[in-house]
Amino acid sequence: MSTIVTLPDQSTARLPKVSYLNQEYGLKSWLLTGDHKRIAMLYLISITFFFFIGGAMAALIRMELLTPPSDLLAADTYNKVFTAHGIIMVFFFLVPSVPATIGNFVIPIMVGAKDLAFPKINLLSWYLYIAAGTMMISVLAFGGVDTGWTFTTPLSTHYLNTHVVTAGLAVFVAGFSSIFTGLNFIVTIHRMRAPGMTWFRLPLFVWSHYAASILMVLGTPVLAITLTLVVLERTIGIGVFDPTKGGDPLLFQHLFWFYSHPAVYIMILPGMGVISEVISTFSRKRVFGYTAVAFSSVAIAVFGFFVWAHHMFIMGISNYSALVFSLLTMLVAVPSAIKIFNWSATLYKGSITFETPMLYAFGFIGLFTIGGLTGVFLGSMGMDIHLTETYFIVAHFHFVMVGGMLMAYLSGIHFWWPKMTGRMYPEGVSKLAAVITFVGFVLTFFPQFILGYLGMPRRYAAYPPEFQVLNVFSSAGASVLGVGYMLPLLYLTWSLKYGKIAGPNPWQATGLEWQIQSPPLTENFVETPIVTHEAYDYEWLESQKPSEVPTVG
Amino acid sequence: MDSQTLAAQTAETGNIEHGEHPPFLRHHFAGVEQQRETATFGMWLFLLTEIMFFGGLFCSYLIFRNWYYPAFVAGSHSLHLSAGTLNTTLLIISSFTMAMAVHASETRVRKALIGWMIATIILGCGFLCVKAYEWHDEWVEHHVPGLNFSPQGFLHGTKDYPDDKLPLDMAEKTQVYFSLYFAMTGMHALHMIIGISLLTILLIQAYRGKYVTGHVSPIENFGLYWHFVDIVWIFLFPLLYLISRHQ
Amino acid sequence: MHFISPVLWQFLIKWLTYFAIFPPEASNIAPYADALYFFLVAISVVGLGIVALLVVTFSIRYRRDVHPVATQIEGSTLLEATWTIIPLILFMISFVWGALLYFRVYSPPPNAMNIYVVGKQWMWKVEHPGGQHEINALHIPINKPIQITLISQDVFHSFSIPAFRVKREAIPGRYNTEWFEATVPGTYHIFCTQYCGTLHSQMIGEVTAMTAEDYEAWAAESTSGQSLAQNGERLFASLGCNSCHNSGPNAHGPNLAGIYGAHLQLKNGQFVTVDDAFLRDTILNPTMHEVAGYAPIMPTYQGQVSEEGLIDLVEYIRQLNSQYRIEQTIDNSAAQPIQTGAAPPETSAPALPPGTVKP
Repeated sequence: MSTIVTLPDQSTARLPKVSYLNQEYGLKSWLLTGDHKRIAMLYLISITFFFFIGGAMAALIRMELLTPPSDLLAADTYNKVFTAHGIIMVFFFLVPSVPATIGNFVIPIMVGAKDLAFPKINLLSWYLYIAAGTMMISVLAFGGVDTGWTFTTPLSTHYLNTHVVTAGLAVFVAGFSSIFTGLNFIVTIHRMRAPGMTWFRLPLFVWSHYAASILMVLGTPVLAITLTLVVLERTIGIGVFDPTKGGDPLLFQHLFWFYSHPAVYIMILPGMGVISEVISTFSRKRVFGYTAVAFSSVAIAVFGFFVWAHHMFIMGISNYSALVFSLLTMLVAVPSAIKIFNWSATLYKGSITFETPMLYAFGFIGLFTIGGLTGVFLGSMGMDIHLTETYFIVAHFHFVMVGGMLMAYLSGIHFWWPKMTGRMYPEGVSKLAAVITFVGFVLTFFPQFILGYLGMPRRYAAYPPEFQVLNVFSSAGASVLGVGYMLPLLYLTWSLKYGKIAGPNPWQATGLEWQIQSPPLTENFVETPIVTHEAYDYEWLESQKPSEVPTVG
Repeated sequence: MDSQTLAAQTAETGNIEHGEHPPFLRHHFAGVEQQRETATFGMWLFLLTEIMFFGGLFCSYLIFRNWYYPAFVAGSHSLHLSAGTLNTTLLIISSFTMAMAVHASETRVRKALIGWMIATIILGCGFLCVKAYEWHDEWVEHHVPGLNFSPQGFLHGTKDYPDDKLPLDMAEKTQVYFSLYFAMTGMHALHMIIGISLLTILLIQAYRGKYVTGHVSPIENFGLYWHFVDIVWIFLFPLLYLISRHQ
Repeated sequence: MHFISPVLWQFLIKWLTYFAIFPPEASNIAPYADALYFFLVAISVVGLGIVALLVVTFSIRYRRDVHPVATQIEGSTLLEATWTIIPLILFMISFVWGALLYFRVYSPPPNAMNIYVVGKQWMWKVEHPGGQHEINALHIPINKPIQITLISQDVFHSFSIPAFRVKREAIPGRYNTEWFEATVPGTYHIFCTQYCGTLHSQMIGEVTAMTAEDYEAWAAESTSGQSLAQNGERLFASLGCNSCHNSGPNAHGPNLAGIYGAHLQLKNGQFVTVDDAFLRDTILNPTMHEVAGYAPIMPTYQGQVSEEGLIDLVEYIRQLNSQYRIEQTIDNSAAQPIQTGAAPPETSAPALPPGTVKP
């Protein structure tokens, strides 16, 4: 009954001779692979690339906002920079981050399968992502687009002469990449679970990806048709969004936000899955309230489809319609609160250690709580009147997306790094990076709440002078944050060659992925596992003997 | 075979030995049945995304029809009912031929399979030809929104519908009707083109004997896609052509 | 302070003078908005505090060094219920409070003074009924409810006055309204808060709240001479509206005297209340608002009238409260040839359109 943790002596760990990384050689074997793990690695590299481009855009924004006048960038350039930042970060980083890298790698192993249901579609997903990314880079290279990531009509359809069509098509293609990933996950989770792996024995990471996949599959097509209509309106001149032709610009808003609100849950749910795994592992305890956490993921997905017009409270929708959407927004906030409390309760009577993934997870809990609570501010319709379209909104979504999702992503990358590469990351500098990131983040984005209540509008290149002090704090924080994000890039790359060998289960975690070698074989399992224990069963783990872990070579 | 031997063997060859199985079984599946069920599940899920894709257009149609009812009636009257009915017939027959193709694959009759697939392709192309003719007609009548639209035609009634005389502001709204008409039939036609292209690829594979070995999934699932595209048309046809004929 | 460099001192002074942390409460609704805000901040602080307390205490108390054996706990339905129901209650309070505030902000009182604002890239055009025109500025009296009727000429804009805690989107094609009552004289920011293109950040202005006397003085000296209604009257005649809406016995169109605020019955049996949006839309899309008892012959004026012109017409019709006023219009426009041979104006007031309910 003991769960005393004896982490394996890593000095005796050996890299397996054969793994998915060297089972085949050559560029073609990577570019034409069906192996979900290789595709995950391809995604990891491309997503990191886009993250840093989006980050460079962010750096430009914060530098411009150091001073009240628009003196660093011309107004048009600033508009292009924040648009690029938004489109790249949302569609090319946040949406695919955890699902396409960690999810792709780990979900088949977690359910006990050899691969996802449709490996070729998985590869197609990556190629669509690369095609979309190339289109987006070309947009930037040829002069940029300045619609904002929200493509608001009639600005985007009739009043801009930048590369709106290409950018819209890039997002369209990226959307299909997302749909195919979600489709793959749903089918895999339904149909390819190993014998004995019932729904309620699945790790919570799988549950949250299942919920996110439902959103991807049902919501993204609406974005696709919306962007198609924008492209048609811009090129041919159909008038569905043009009031002078009888159309309605609010129709665009409804169609756009019908996807883009579930999109934020697509972005956060996988991150919440990571947190469940990390908190459980580093407290050596099963997650408190497994069923509640599992069902709250599904509840967020379902409710998330019915709240979109809270982005439109001031646009002239009827007061009664706004009432309904505000009520539903309050309801969708409750499952997130349930998760936070369940994770906190998981720590109770655990045996807690503070490795880097755990530090990022703590950062998530604090920052996501703040971000989520400020969401309640915005869902309260009368309060939203004053706060919407100001820096309060900017702070809110950065708290949930960067303080929440990005921290969860980094937590997951560090947590599964040993599994993916066979190497440990350096613990000392990674802990430092986590703390720097946290401090930098709070310094960057907390002043923005105050700026928002003061009324400073978003997407402003120039602002009245009384807002400068808070902006300077924010930009100072951004430089610290930048350091915090650079460090993992450097030390994780370093660890590929010089990191300590990890062995199959450096964290003594439960979960099928930790019972196989690191890095895994292409087929994941030497023979199909038969699952007899519950999720997060630390007592079962204790009874396992190290020699039973299959390592090849 | 125990895990030690298996491990040793894998270390040597990098491959895991397995038992006998049909050549079309992919290695990540436990068996043919799982592969088949998974593929079908995947196709149904994809069709669900297509419903969401078209759903936005249907929603917009609903709203604008409510607002601009007379314009939508007049716009609908100006479409060629005969062309629409012909298209509907072609598609329904093509769904039949596709179903027969699936049957041929299941009963492993190669010639029948190829024949039914060719018939489906021809019917699909027929549909697209009729559609192209209709679109050409809209262009000639200046009903293409944005490009050469003019409400002139709707200011006077037509021979069949003398009451279709609209005042100028309502006649302008027919542009919205045609915007949706072209968006909806255009999206549908795009799906038809993709379907015919895929079917051609499947046909070439069928010619090489691929789908009469018990590997029915690709034909079956393509059949699902084809029936879906047909069903979308079954919704479009009444909404665009039939809905106001009694007026 | 000779040991602090003059440059640094300059910066410090500038920053401290300009540094703001909380917006002024300058309208009657602002204290209510701030109260809701402080409630939300309070529950957030408490919520975060509880979570932080739990995480920190548990991390210290149950760290591996002092608690090497973890106790596997499945869950607790009671706890789940507690931390579902309590947040739900708090969120519901936020919902109700927010809804009350929202309805207050977006339901103008009937006696509000109306000012029109047209947003265009990249300026705000403010039109007072008395004929004062402002660009990027708004002068208002304090302690009087002001309704802003808002529309855009091109793309989405958003008219925001943070000091009053109000904001509304300016949309092309339809009017939106917001209202406020300023309480403290002073100048406050107007921002455009919906991204609208290149000079979005320059689309800012100033609202000047003045005492009643100061406002009277300002209004007297700033008027262009013609009130909006007078402009509207001229347009009414020059566009030929008189030819049908002339309140003669054989008039083709409904009599517009007193029509503002009336309930009209449309051809399809529905009743509508005549307001700004209805008038504007009828001028542009008359077929959508066919009135019972009249032939649908009103032509559309889409493309012939600008947004300002529409505002003038709407204001004119709003002020059209008597038959006498209509006759004035016809007299004033006698210099303009009227297309149809309308009968000479009657002295008795003809009936309002059939089915009209007096306001």
